[in-house]
Amino acid sequence: MTSTLERPTRSAPAPAGARQPRRIGFGQRRSAWDLKFSPYLYISPFFILFAITGLFPIAYTAVISFMDWDLVRNSGHFIGFDQYAWVLSQPKFWVALRNTFSIFLLSSVPQLILAIFIAAMLDQNIRAKTFWRMSVLIPYVMAPVAVALIFSNMFGDQYGVVNTTLQNLGLPAVPWHSDALASHVAIATMVNFRWTGYNTLILLAAMQAIPREFYEAATVDGAGKVRQFFSITLPSLKPTLIFVIITSTIGGLQIFDEPRMYDQYGTGGADNQWLTVTLWLYNIGWGEWNFGRAAALAWILFLIILIIGAMNMLVTRSLVRDEGGRDQRSRRERRAQARAAKQRLAADAARLSTPTKEARR
Amino acid sequence: MTAVTPAPVPVIDRDLPARGRRRTRAVRGSRPGWFVYAALGAVLLASVFPFYWSLLIGSGDASTVRDPNMSWIPGGNFLANAAAVMGDPAVNFWPALMNSVISSGIIAASVVFFSTLAGWAFAKLTFRGGPWLLLFVVGTMAVPMQLGVVPLYILFSELGWTGQLGAIIVPALTSAFGVFWMTQYLRQAVPDELIEAARVDGATSFRTFLTVGVPAARPAAAMLGLFTFVSAWNNFFWPFIVLDRQNPTLPVALSLLQSNYFVDYSKVLAGVLLSTIPLLVLFVFAGKQLVSGIMQGAVKG
Repeated sequence: MTSTLERPTRSAPAPAGARQPRRIGFGQRRSAWDLKFSPYLYISPFFILFAITGLFPIAYTAVISFMDWDLVRNSGHFIGFDQYAWVLSQPKFWVALRNTFSIFLLSSVPQLILAIFIAAMLDQNIRAKTFWRMSVLIPYVMAPVAVALIFSNMFGDQYGVVNTTLQNLGLPAVPWHSDALASHVAIATMVNFRWTGYNTLILLAAMQAIPREFYEAATVDGAGKVRQFFSITLPSLKPTLIFVIITSTIGGLQIFDEPRMYDQYGTGGADNQWLTVTLWLYNIGWGEWNFGRAAALAWILFLIILIIGAMNMLVTRSLVRDEGGRDQRSRRERRAQARAAKQRLAADAARLSTPTKEARR
Repeated sequence: MTAVTPAPVPVIDRDLPARGRRRTRAVRGSRPGWFVYAALGAVLLASVFPFYWSLLIGSGDASTVRDPNMSWIPGGNFLANAAAVMGDPAVNFWPALMNSVISSGIIAASVVFFSTLAGWAFAKLTFRGGPWLLLFVVGTMAVPMQLGVVPLYILFSELGWTGQLGAIIVPALTSAFGVFWMTQYLRQAVPDELIEAARVDGATSFRTFLTVGVPAARPAAAMLGLFTFVSAWNNFFWPFIVLDRQNPTLPVALSLLQSNYFVDYSKVLAGVLLSTIPLLVLFVFAGKQLVSGIMQGAVKG
């Protein structure tokens, strides 16, 4: 009898919250729910919106790229890889790809080198730091469209200020619009104008994170400013350089605003001199209204960006030496020497800053 | 070892990195020579020259561009050219300005709010799958806009939103960069004890966010708002696709300025300057924040 009295309370499928003997009030239960589910609630706006405006369009781009899309009925029929084959068979695609890469290289390489040197100057103990830092960022607030309009005027074939200046110096005028490479230089100049300052500040921040003891030790050892720059500053910038290169690759290969606004027609020039992949995508999609082809081109562009991004990372990793300088397979003796010097510097700096490490030496 | 990020982080360390830097600077001492200033001066000149050039052309008349003996002092026609741009019925300057203000404002406010909320959850609340979801958010940053434009356009044309401002606002209401940025900031800005204390005092999760998280997030949120505003204001590709000339944003209106008639550069560049003035004003007041925002992001990212 006693057992039957006790049993039901134990074996009954009690709700999870009631298992403990102590009474649980509404407030406490609500707080348990609150703790468990509110994090998901807080992050849900991003994920919901990304699902609608990011994930769904990406997946659907893949679907459309296998279709012949009918704009009137807003539906398509499946045709396999035909759109991809069409894109790849067009000479225009290869021209656009060449232009995109050419503009990308002309904008990213000089821009990075410039940004590193400007950052190195801002990293000096200059007067009016804030003023100089702000001055490099002015172009960043200008819309790319506005920049493109100004520069396409300055690079005008006949009356542009660039050609006028060249001719005043006794040099021949450059056909900035009719020549492919010249037009790439002009467009790359727009990109460089707008982004060099921004990247300068990123690199400057990374430079300021380098321990000053390194430089002090180098000065003690008799290394000059230039030597310090190549042996300490540059190797320490590696992670930041990778970051900057990756972001400028993603952005640079998508370039649209500047080539679109380089002349008043926006088709990339009479001979496709400055037609880029994204500009062509726009002209296929919203000029010829062929969404299937545009979607296939979008996926091809994405794959190219992924491949180049990965390649960039590998190349940057091997080109810019490690801070520890352990890699001994370098071909140039000069580099090896610099590295040995740097190793010594790092060791000196470590000894200076943390005395405990001396015991290990 | 590292001079910029001090090990014990106080509640809100707005000034600390700068102070630490100054101390190490004092050790370093010597001022650089004239060469550094000359080079920086050249950079400054290059930064402002295009603005000056558009003022030169924009304050002249249609023939100024072709004048080989053009004066290097601005002419007197800027206001007339600006008025012509504003009055051009094909450009819709005033609606474009309104649209840019409204859309950039809404986007910036929304991105700041949702990013702070999500950043708070990722940085300070523990929940199953949190780190993986954050990784996913970061991964979405590598996806180019072009990959989704075709279906996005189809979606909005089905909804009848093409030509509407909503079509450029809605996709931009949240941002992966913003979530990542706020997560990074809040992680070091708020000690866990503070959240624990609020919980013990009986605050709900959302109340804790409002009373502990939001005040701590303010400096980073302001920077995020600035950057989002600037990039929304300057955005061209998607607005150019989905909006039309009746209802443009400023960059779309600018693009019409060039394609519209026989290109009169005095009007085009006057319009360019007009459209840039709001952001230049913003830069005068908030340029310092933009600079330190970029530099902080670089150290953490």
